[in-house]
Amino acid sequence: MEITLVETLPQAIHEVTAVGVIIKAVIILAVISAIAGFGTYVERKVLAFMQRRLGPMHVGPYGLLQIAADGIKLFTKEDIIPQNANKFIFMVAPIITAATAFIALSAVPVFPDFTIPEFVPLLGGVFVPSIASDINVGVLFVLGMMAAGLYGPLLAGMSQANKWGIIGSARTAIQFLSYEVVTGLSILAPIMLVGSLSFVDFNNAQSGGITSWLIWQQPVAFVLFLIAGFAETNRTPFDLLEHEAEVVSGYATEYSGMRWGMFFIGEYANMITVAIIASIVFLGGYDADCTLGWLFIILKIAFFFFLMLWVRASWPHVRPDQLMWLCWKVLMPIAVVNIVITAIVMMV
Amino acid sequence: MSLEHFKNRNIGTQHYTTIDVGQAPVGAMQTFTQVAKRTVKGELFVGLWVTLREMINALFKGDMATVKYPFEKLPISPRYRAIHDMLRLLESGSYRCIGCGLCEKICISNCISMDTRYDENQRKEVSEYTINFGRCIFCGYCAEVCPELAIVHGPRYENASEQRAGFSLFEDMLTPIDKLNLQQEYDGFGAISPNADDNIKKTPLAY
Repeated sequence: MEITLVETLPQAIHEVTAVGVIIKAVIILAVISAIAGFGTYVERKVLAFMQRRLGPMHVGPYGLLQIAADGIKLFTKEDIIPQNANKFIFMVAPIITAATAFIALSAVPVFPDFTIPEFVPLLGGVFVPSIASDINVGVLFVLGMMAAGLYGPLLAGMSQANKWGIIGSARTAIQFLSYEVVTGLSILAPIMLVGSLSFVDFNNAQSGGITSWLIWQQPVAFVLFLIAGFAETNRTPFDLLEHEAEVVSGYATEYSGMRWGMFFIGEYANMITVAIIASIVFLGGYDADCTLGWLFIILKIAFFFFLMLWVRASWPHVRPDQLMWLCWKVLMPIAVVNIVITAIVMMV
Repeated sequence: MSLEHFKNRNIGTQHYTTIDVGQAPVGAMQTFTQVAKRTVKGELFVGLWVTLREMINALFKGDMATVKYPFEKLPISPRYRAIHDMLRLLESGSYRCIGCGLCEKICISNCISMDTRYDENQRKEVSEYTINFGRCIFCGYCAEVCPELAIVHGPRYENASEQRAGFSLFEDMLTPIDKLNLQQEYDGFGAISPNADDNIKKTPLAY
């Protein structure tokens, strides 16, 4: 079956220039970093409301400037490196997490295409693409990059000469072995339907309104991908590599200041990436024809972000062995069955 | 229930009911069925609903538990024994204290010291009255023994200070004459908190 929905759609008429890509990269870096910081505020607020608390209230109106206070604190804190730690790896590990999270975002369409208006000096008329680099293996690249991001916790835990860190990195390995197969298999069925690995093609294939969203054709894959996405971003119920009640802070035990902050910028950027992937692959993405398309994708991403906080407030987390059991014995068979059924339906 | 009822420890003769928890799965097929059933069961959504309900109640129905303490305070019970207050007679505004000295005598930590004299009408009045709050253990005997309800425990419970010894003079604790209409009367032993109705909750069994 070589029917792909892509060929029938018009190609982009604008030319992508290097300047446009650089502008896009700057936009992604600035916006996602800001949102990641803001995400910490939203998380504290939502968790507080769900526990009938107020959350941060005193720094700025409704505690909105708490982000700035936290940022100042993180930036000005002393950078402590433990004596017996492997210093180079200890210093590099947080950068791996943060960098891979942002590299993954380079292949994800974040906002629709737009052209900078002519009246803007220097940059007028530059076409800014929706995606920094529309590589034709976008899905694979993003998933691979997010998987590479787990080297951050893995190396951090092993380099810091701390038993909790070692346990944290051991759990990282367990988590990595568990969810990765589910992520790949669950997203395989939508890839089969669309016939492309590019996120732009995913978006265009679902541009026919709500009824054309892939979630209606692939509800099982959607749920599986969400579960795997929670594991991928170390969120509750799969936050076993830094769970305070068991392993102090896991891989982040010895980290403080900005290095610790980079782990969390990476984690929040990953949460946004997973939310964007889920929105584009299953919930229609941004509607390029509709002027409000950017608003809808932001609403979809916000919903997934809220869902992650909501789940964190609601559910207990699982043990490492339960995670492996769940991924290998429950989720993977379901994903395989889903792929087989999808394939049979496509053949018939 | 009578006492005999509690003393009967013979399990099986009382009205115990066993909860049906089902049977542990036997064999691979039953285990698989259990896993399959639990996989498609929507039990996790119950947990999601509970937190969402709490959030809606907290945000829109005023069911927020936080009290922003230095800015807002919960009402304390009238039985709480905080810093003492000296009350005045509401009609004349003169002191209620008749200088009988009972509070000084009953004080078990010896923190009240007072001196009295006769005034021009040959009535006793207090000339010196101090309470050493560094010694006071807030037992409440002084308020309990006072025949005139002159010394009571007021609502000021924030008594952190920079030094251990803290003397309070009679005038410090006395109701100011211009605030006589705001004077809080002691509700008496056994009085309930003003917000007692709000604090009533169902017992856990009633859920």
